[in-house]
Amino acid sequence: MIPVTLARWQFAIVTIYHFFFVPVTLGLALFLAMLETRYVISGDEIYKRMVKFWGKIFLINFAIGVVTGLVQEFQFGLNWSEYSRFMGDIFGAPLAIEGLLAFYLESTFIGIWIFGWDKLSKKAHLAAIWMVAIGSNISAFWILVANSFMQNPVGYTIRNGRAEMTDFWALVGNPNVWHQFPHVLTAGISVGGFLVMAFSAYHLLKRNPQTQDFFQRSFRWAAVFALVGSVLTGLIGHAQGQFLAENQSMKISAMEGHWDTEQPGSFSVIAIIDEKNQENTFDLKIPYALSFLLYNDFSSEVVGIKELQAKSEALYGPGNYIPPVTLSYWSSRTMIGIGMLMVLISGLAVFWSQKNTLEKQTWFIKLLIPAGLLPTIAITSGWLIAETGRWPWIVHGLQKVEDAVSPNVSSGNIIFSLVSFSLIYGVMLIVGVSLALKYGKSDPPPADVIGE
Amino acid sequence: MDLNTIWFILITILFMGFFFLEGFDYGVGILLLIIAKKDNERRAVINSIGPIWDGNEVWMITAAAALFASFPHVYATLFSGFYIPLIIMLLGLIMRGVAFEFRSKREDQAWRNRWDWALFIGSLIPALLWGVTIANMMRGFAIEADMNYYGGILPLLNPYSLLGGLVFLGLFTLHGASFLGLKLEGELNQKAKDIARKIWIPVVVLAVGFLVWTYFKTDILNNPGYDGLIPAVLAAVSLLAYGWFLLKGKEGLTFTFGGLAILLVTIMVFSGLFPRILISTINPAYSLNIYNASSSQYTLKVLTIVVAIFMPIILIYQGWAIWIFRKRLSPESSDLHY
Ligand code: HDD
Ligand code: HEM
Ligand code: HEM
Repeated sequence: MIPVTLARWQFAIVTIYHFFFVPVTLGLALFLAMLETRYVISGDEIYKRMVKFWGKIFLINFAIGVVTGLVQEFQFGLNWSEYSRFMGDIFGAPLAIEGLLAFYLESTFIGIWIFGWDKLSKKAHLAAIWMVAIGSNISAFWILVANSFMQNPVGYTIRNGRAEMTDFWALVGNPNVWHQFPHVLTAGISVGGFLVMAFSAYHLLKRNPQTQDFFQRSFRWAAVFALVGSVLTGLIGHAQGQFLAENQSMKISAMEGHWDTEQPGSFSVIAIIDEKNQENTFDLKIPYALSFLLYNDFSSEVVGIKELQAKSEALYGPGNYIPPVTLSYWSSRTMIGIGMLMVLISGLAVFWSQKNTLEKQTWFIKLLIPAGLLPTIAITSGWLIAETGRWPWIVHGLQKVEDAVSPNVSSGNIIFSLVSFSLIYGVMLIVGVSLALKYGKSDPPPADVIGE
Repeated sequence: MDLNTIWFILITILFMGFFFLEGFDYGVGILLLIIAKKDNERRAVINSIGPIWDGNEVWMITAAAALFASFPHVYATLFSGFYIPLIIMLLGLIMRGVAFEFRSKREDQAWRNRWDWALFIGSLIPALLWGVTIANMMRGFAIEADMNYYGGILPLLNPYSLLGGLVFLGLFTLHGASFLGLKLEGELNQKAKDIARKIWIPVVVLAVGFLVWTYFKTDILNNPGYDGLIPAVLAAVSLLAYGWFLLKGKEGLTFTFGGLAILLVTIMVFSGLFPRILISTINPAYSLNIYNASSSQYTLKVLTIVVAIFMPIILIYQGWAIWIFRKRLSPESSDLHY
């Protein structure tokens, strides 16, 4: 295989893997901070036990998030050196700022939080977990500033053969990031909520009177978390789609499997896509719906992939500007389908847990255990859309993927790193998940031994 | 002073912080298997850096990110050129990072032993490979006109750079030992110092040998205007002072001079390089320096403002973290979390 293909596989694997753990950190850090706040305000020991219990899972996850993040930091130099040269002037700045504003904060205060239970006052200890939560969200923001530039370049000029920054505030104010960041943040919140619900559900099924109260309360908090996260993710995602329609119409048309320009545009519910012949051999459509989803009216024109391809050729020269349509299409069905399912599930969870009738719905509690994985599947699909939908560009309109790889790194080298990362990540996943299951399934220690 | 020079200095400072702080973390990881045999002894050793290792590692992350931001060509050339060593280093750091969290999560001795090995290897490899990398930077390597290095791994594993790797390994191990001398009580404390006493003379010999070789092999010690000779001599003196205070049983001063030696070596390297960052052995004109490898003036200005605001804040809270956990540990301590 040629280096660029291998490098893409490596980036996709390593980054998606990093992003299994990142949203858990984003969501659970906030969850723990709120629980501990409740503990400090009310003085009720049960909240401290909850923080400690969920904290164990959080920390196992955090460790993997950190070490996979290390690889991310060096990736661009390793496999994408031409990208680094072309984009360094813009891309490096948010990355460095992320380190200075976020990673120091997160990593220093996580140590203080883990080791500080007996050394700090309650309030100082509480402040530490808030610093972790804030730090991880700041980190998400800055890395997404970097990513948003690749989706929607702003505040730059092409000079000295590279993209140079001319307006830092334009970068920070990029409308893309102000869609992307809330979408990712709220997705993280829903991940945390669903995860805690899944583990709590497992315990509630055991119907152990000693732990019942503990997990009912955890569940109630988590359900609200999950519902808020899911609803907001969906709403913001919708706004994001409308933004894309203005901004990266090729991506949105690929997501919708929309080959031909239509006015008004119809929404495809399910289709069989034939990329070679550029048509859908089967297509179940709702007329007018796409115009409404994208433009809030029933009459707007929705430009199709073929016309966009012709426009791109006129603008950038001959070539293929069509992203992998089947992948985009099914990823978007998956993400949005799961998103609506998540709203439904977490809505029911809130309803029954607030009415204290959850225990009666055994089938539902059972369903919540596998449902813990839903947000992660949605998130992975989301990134597949965002990143592959930009194809062939690595930086939209400025640099193509094939021009971005390191010219001096051979296929053999990449195979070496690809294989070794996959192996070590595989082992880490097995170990991490088994540890998280071990701690998540064990009963929390009874109230009187919590002093440890 | 222009922004490019300021950023060269800031990068130097980030590497100083990185080598100083992670230096003792790596050293502690290396000493783990050597001085501690029983489980609670190992826990005491690991927990001596437990609360701070992650914050320390951010110095490396930020050094890399700042290099990307201020001298993107250096980031691109160095990391694509040193591909295989860097991958191996990352594998080591991955093992080390999860080992902290995973090892005590099960009672099983074989399990714990395995993660202790991961911590050991994951500390040893980066210590060695950073030394090899820095030595190659001092010596220069075959960077071509397009700023890329095509030579592969073998030329990087030359005797000079391997010696550099050993020197770093030795310095970090000494630094780790004197850190444990400050942080541990009782028998373990004694064992850490015993090791330091045993390896101190070999490390001095290696380090001085490396400096002499550097003098003849590279221009780092006689780079006109910015030669590294003064910091090199001071580093050697610090290393001697380390041994002196070690024998006198002055724990604080031993640690101080060990750390000073590391800081001075870093200063030596960077001042000897200045204004170059990566030296080409093919043609001096192909070298990457603070002008042809840098970001635009605008970007450097933005970054400078950010650093000026946030670096002091970071130093304050990291200092606070070290202060909170200043108490010495022993295998009997109650607050062993990892
Ligand atoms: C939207 C959020 C997000 C995204 C898109 C990424 N990360 Fe990440 N990253 C985080 C959110 C995050 C986090 C939540 O802040 C983590 C996860 C666990 C943790 O400890 O911090 C983290 C950890 C983490 C670390 C370790 C920091 C430490 O030691 O504390 C590094 C070096 C990176 N990341 C770098 C990257 C790079 C270079 C990315 C781009 C490809 C990237 N991350 C994508
Ligand atoms: C926010 C920081 C991110 C940056 C700077 C970034 C940048 C990149 C780069 C440089 C590539 C390689 C070029 C390519 O193959 O298109 C890429 C591809 C990819 N990224 Fe991202 N990415 C980021 C986040 C993510 C996340 C969090 C995920 C998923 C969890 C992700 C998923 C992917 C995938 C699946 C590819 C492969 C696409 C393909 O092969 O065409 N990215 N991205
Ligand atoms: C329910 C309706 C949803 C809609 C309409 C929606 C819409 C979108 C759109 C249009 C994108 C592409 C953005 C781009 O390429 O710039 C996207 C990306 C993404 N989605 Fe969704 N989404 C929904 C639900 C979800 C859910 C439930 C999750 C996860 C829990 C999720 C996670 C993501 C992620 C991680 C990305 C990639 C990052 C980004 O570009 O924002 N989405 N979403």
